[in-house]
Amino acid sequence: MNKLFAASGVALIASLSAANAQTEIQWWHAMGGELGAKLEEITKGFNDSQQEYRVVPSYKGTYPETMTAAIAAFRAQQQPAIVQVFEVGTGTMMAAQGAIVPVHQLMQEQGANFDPQAYLPAVVGYYTDTDGNMLSLPFNSSTPIVYYNKTVFEKAGLDPNTPPKTWAELEEFSTKIRDSGAATCGFTTQWISWIQTENLSAWHNQPIGTEQNGFGGTSARLTLNGPVQVKHWENLKRLSDEGIFKYGGPVGGDNAAPMFYSQECAMYMASSASRAGVIANAKDFEVGYGMLPYYDDVEGAPQNSIIGGASLWVLAGKPDEEYAGVAKFFEYLSTPEVQADWASFSGYLPITQAAMDQLSGFYGENPGADTGIKQITLNEPTENSKGLRFGNYVQIRGIIDEEFEQLLSGSKDAQGALDAVVERGNALIAEFETQNQ
Amino acid sequence: MKRTLFRNQLLPWLLLAPQLAITFIFFLWPAAQAVRQSFLRQDAFGINTTFVGLSNFKALWNSPEYLNSLQVTAIFAVLVTVLSMGFALLLAVAVDRMIRSTSVYTTLLVWPYAVAPAVAGILWWFIFNPTIGVMPYFLDVIGYDWNHISSKSDAMTLVVIASAWKQISYNFLFFVAGLQSVPASLREAAAIDGAGPVRRFFDITVPLLSPTTFFLLVVNIVYAMFDTFGVIDATTEGGPAQATNILVYKVYFDGFVGQNMGSSAAQSVILMLIVIALTVVQFRYVEKKVAY
Repeated sequence: MNKLFAASGVALIASLSAANAQTEIQWWHAMGGELGAKLEEITKGFNDSQQEYRVVPSYKGTYPETMTAAIAAFRAQQQPAIVQVFEVGTGTMMAAQGAIVPVHQLMQEQGANFDPQAYLPAVVGYYTDTDGNMLSLPFNSSTPIVYYNKTVFEKAGLDPNTPPKTWAELEEFSTKIRDSGAATCGFTTQWISWIQTENLSAWHNQPIGTEQNGFGGTSARLTLNGPVQVKHWENLKRLSDEGIFKYGGPVGGDNAAPMFYSQECAMYMASSASRAGVIANAKDFEVGYGMLPYYDDVEGAPQNSIIGGASLWVLAGKPDEEYAGVAKFFEYLSTPEVQADWASFSGYLPITQAAMDQLSGFYGENPGADTGIKQITLNEPTENSKGLRFGNYVQIRGIIDEEFEQLLSGSKDAQGALDAVVERGNALIAEFETQNQ
Repeated sequence: MKRTLFRNQLLPWLLLAPQLAITFIFFLWPAAQAVRQSFLRQDAFGINTTFVGLSNFKALWNSPEYLNSLQVTAIFAVLVTVLSMGFALLLAVAVDRMIRSTSVYTTLLVWPYAVAPAVAGILWWFIFNPTIGVMPYFLDVIGYDWNHISSKSDAMTLVVIASAWKQISYNFLFFVAGLQSVPASLREAAAIDGAGPVRRFFDITVPLLSPTTFFLLVVNIVYAMFDTFGVIDATTEGGPAQATNILVYKVYFDGFVGQNMGSSAAQSVILMLIVIALTVVQFRYVEKKVAY
């Protein structure tokens, strides 16, 4: 018996010293539930694949909470090596020179196997500087697509295999659906900001702001009160008044999904990563998938849509051996196997061409799963459709929601509401610019 | 006022030390930090810091959102105070007139006070949820389309109800205690002189309750302005279109979500001044009028 204790004691000490020899890398993320479990599984795959490093993922709550926690930790010099930051935090992270290590620089310094050409420009473009250098590693990216109720389409006498291509068709289909009584509302949407404003601009090749949508520097200002955006908001207001469009609420539009699931609304514009959730909830009807509609009188439409989601940022001020481990871990995350596993599980977009090729079988078996990737790679991204990068953008998204609500309540017209977005947003951007001078 | 005299000069300080330490670490030091930060402009990571004098305060003064938040806070505080005190007084008077089971009712009425503000918020959020809630269903029957996600007044109604409901218990307890200290002989004398129950209530009970009422007024205003953060965060998050963005929520949002530390600190300094003013008012009046 004593021998057994002694042996287990020795084993314990041995395992402890082995753990001590490993370099621990802290990774703070915002993936709860099943996504979080998958993330831990992927991390475990890396930890088991080698002995030198151990990545420790910690769930820190929502995106804003995770970002706030990382910033507070940095101020207290307790920061993790890797933090997952949502796309609208990109401007803030990028401006924090001295607080971050750009990914391209990290990979180069650590002599990692890193080929910028291997990544999909439509995905990584959002997280590169104007010279095309990757600043953060895209982890979970998605893009908005149209989900539609095939059963309702059929009831209304529409072809269930043809989603609307243009906004004119969408309106025509919606009217038919409502008049036939197949459903009471034509369509609803998540994210007024991300889908109906930012993506609408990119999809029609319209600028969101100056300086290549803010990629050029912090002196950029918003310009999303252009004619196409104004026309679109005007349309949404009109369709809302006619009952064809139903507003799902601010930020992510929490009330939109229930309206689609309960067959109240026949179409639903939402993130491509919502696919699994939609399928799980669409119990009494068949789901179809389509690309975002466009206005066919706008030249250059459809261009390509832009992504949302989050990327992994490397924070400064850690010992060099941790950075060596981070570089190894990023290499592992970019492998086609890991990417394909993550993308097919979650519905997020793969970040490399190789991963996309690996996914072709999965896309063949799962109709609609490739709508998002087709849509972001539809055309070579332009200055207007690479993404956007402004400081204080979390609040600006809030302003977009507020002004849209003013439009819906009738206290402002579309031009007035978008002018107010630009004016109030630019004040916040100017504030950010002075803070970072 | 009773006075205890200590022979040893050190002992009173020693006895006070734990409380003083807590006050210093958790109140004075952070408050000083906030005052310092309110004069600075800083980026999110604290890399660039500039002294900007009063410009954070000036920016607030010129910000329509901040002025809106002041207005929203005033309306919210008044509504919560009036509603919670009104109902509490009504219930207290009812319990005071009861002959039996007073303690049962008192216990039951105090229960909501044990509910945390965030939980109270979630509870009412469920009841009033436009998609799954039970209230919008009934309101729909009488022809009212409830939607606190897009209607400013519906959102305000929701947060006022959630905040006031919780506070009724607290006010109720104080009113019950206050009513019990109103001498029955005065009411009886008035009754003999021919005053009806309404007259007796307004001419005798209300004036004699005034110290309690005044104390509760200050406590409720402070509650509505500060402790309702959880209710707002769990239900409307300040929306729609800033309609329920009270000052304390704006401090949190601008500082922790917006990462604008300077402006957030300036706002908390202003809030601190408001609390100081309220406290001074309370001590000036309550201490003079109430004999504990």
